[in-house]
Amino acid sequence: MSGPVAATTPDGSRLHLQHGPIDLIVEAWGEPGGVAEAYRRAWDRFQPLLDELVAELPALRRPVGAGHEPTGSVARRMAAAVRSFPDRFITPMAAVAGAVADEICEAVATGGDLRRAYVNDGGDIALLLTPGESLDVGLVPVPDRPALLGRATVRHDDPVRGVSTSGRHGRSFSLGIADAVTVLAETAARADAAATLIANTVDLPGHPAIRRVPASDLEPQTDLGSRMVTADVGALTDAEVTRALHAGVAEAQRMRAEGLIGAAVLCLGDRVATVSTPVLASAVGG
Amino acid sequence: MTSEPASDAVVCDACPIRCVIKPGRTGSCDRYGNVDGALARLDPLLVLERTQERGGALVPFAARQSDWDGEIVQGADVVVTGAGSGTTYPDYKPAPFIVSSSVAGVDTVTVVTEAIFSYCGVDVKIDTDRHVGAERRLVRARGEAVGHVTTGQYGSQMLSLGGVNHLTGGSKREGMATMRTLLALCSREPVELAVDEGSELVLQAGEPPVINGVVEERMRVGCGSATIGMFAQQWYEHVDEVVVVDDHITGVLSEHQAGRYLDIPATGIRVKGRRSTPGRYFNVAHPGTGWGGTDIEDPLTILDGFDPEVAHPGLTVLMIGTTGEHHAYFVLDDELRPVPAPLPDDLRLSVERITENCEPALTSVLFIAGAGGSLRAGATENPVALTRAVRQMITRVTCGGAPVYVWPGGGITFMVDVTLVPPGAFGYVPTPALVAPLEFTMGRDAYAALGGHMDAIVSLDDVLARPDLRRG
Repeated sequence: MSGPVAATTPDGSRLHLQHGPIDLIVEAWGEPGGVAEAYRRAWDRFQPLLDELVAELPALRRPVGAGHEPTGSVARRMAAAVRSFPDRFITPMAAVAGAVADEICEAVATGGDLRRAYVNDGGDIALLLTPGESLDVGLVPVPDRPALLGRATVRHDDPVRGVSTSGRHGRSFSLGIADAVTVLAETAARADAAATLIANTVDLPGHPAIRRVPASDLEPQTDLGSRMVTADVGALTDAEVTRALHAGVAEAQRMRAEGLIGAAVLCLGDRVATVSTPVLASAVGG
Repeated sequence: MTSEPASDAVVCDACPIRCVIKPGRTGSCDRYGNVDGALARLDPLLVLERTQERGGALVPFAARQSDWDGEIVQGADVVVTGAGSGTTYPDYKPAPFIVSSSVAGVDTVTVVTEAIFSYCGVDVKIDTDRHVGAERRLVRARGEAVGHVTTGQYGSQMLSLGGVNHLTGGSKREGMATMRTLLALCSREPVELAVDEGSELVLQAGEPPVINGVVEERMRVGCGSATIGMFAQQWYEHVDEVVVVDDHITGVLSEHQAGRYLDIPATGIRVKGRRSTPGRYFNVAHPGTGWGGTDIEDPLTILDGFDPEVAHPGLTVLMIGTTGEHHAYFVLDDELRPVPAPLPDDLRLSVERITENCEPALTSVLFIAGAGGSLRAGATENPVALTRAVRQMITRVTCGGAPVYVWPGGGITFMVDVTLVPPGAFGYVPTPALVAPLEFTMGRDAYAALGGHMDAIVSLDDVLARPDLRRG
């Protein structure tokens, strides 16, 4: 079994952390000594992280219940993120990548003299911004079509510290057909959970061109059990794409109205829909 | 705690998650999967066991000892290639495999990686005299500009395709079309291309080019002038005049140095175009897909009659293209007009010999790529040391085990014949950029001296023992 590994770029500007399926890129800006210290803290926090998660995995694969409260700090972040969405089916696993990013970002931020930083956990990104600072986040909807769809500039004053993308092409399963849903929210964990839920609702129930299989047929340990996950999407008409996107936009608007997310960008085929607060309207753009 | 895995599932032990993976699926990391009931690292490492490929005739170990120069690794029996070794980009981590083996008693190290080349392209040599397109004209794939026509070379037309300006410097569509074209050419698949104001091409490495739907059979034997020089002796005393029609240099036997040497008398023939030196004419016609790479179908159109002071009725003239594919025989009538006549048998022999001396026309594809940037960090902690070691020939560079030519100058920019690289070795990432295997081989001491990742070295036996190997 391989353990956690860390490496920096030759110039020391970025830190790469990997253990099992977790692959993080960390970059911080500040005094050189401060950055090095921050990377040391990230590495210290990272090393036991996967083992902590694994210890609670069976519970984290079930919807949060009243009785059980996870003990690990990443697990608690996951549970807290999905509690924001009590009326939808979701397990803490929907927020695992974002929660890991938040956890490491907090370790980076604690005690350092940094101007800004990010922790990118395979597309689920936690941000650290001090007053006056901002970060640009590029939106790439589909991994094999690597065009930069747009760019979100997140400023210190924005109520956003997490950016997360979910959809059919990632590592996890989706109940919907969205190619990608990117969500900007207060934390990466919540953005992760919200993106998963919105992507699930971008859908055309019963459509013959959409092939679905029970998740457990593909992955015995999945948190989705025997729920039907999207295996393949055939040709859709423009009207069908619009209808599917509208369902997702409605879900995103509900979340935004409840103050759960800041903005969402939904992609299906060549179509893109945006849900955004006025504050972020200028930030999320083509 | 965990449910009992189904009989056909495997439990991955690569990390603490211990994913239960069903056949044909991958674990949560996407790096390990269940292949036919066994846990496998995906993107298997390709190992070429060339000796065994040649029927198991193993080269005696000691036989190479005298060849060993202590610096450049001679061909080992087993070549571990970078194909399938995987990579990260930029390269934070040591290269996926740093393999040690002992070649003739000297510890050697091969750094095996798959490199992502944003800076890459192909040079294509098309063996043909047919007009493909003017120099600098754009070459398009699916309407997108992917390169251009460069220079005419011996018996061939050169294309330069790809490069960073097409891959990432233009539109997204242009980049993707370029990437697909390069990948297909490097993978020895046929590719359809169109040259602006030129020809439609179907090109495939190692196969004859198809130009406007016509399969090119043979290369020219030489330019028109060279053809005169090569065959003058055989034409002498069988024909009064020979014109070798060539878009570059049309040769005329009686005026040519070779004809003079044989005391062939003047014939009074007048050839259009610009006379360079005696018996050598430029610009007799325009480039095309007709005779000798010109646009002419009727060879007489390049003649401007015969000087009546010199020529005489009954004078015989052979006109021929540079491949022997086109030829015609004429006899001057009383008005000194050339009249077509059957080719005499003793001339037929020389025509056939020209064809016989034309080599099969092929499309050849050289992959050109630069490993200048972060790739080197995967091989050594001090990247420029690797460049210097390559430059000083302490380190041998190969691409999928194939020999490369490394350009002088900065960086590690190399060229490799794609037909020598193992099948399936080329891939892509959506950047868009091409992925190709790359191996650096050197003595263990030399590797340590240039700051190599000594801790990451694994023995060749251990690599060969891996269950996920693909053997080429």
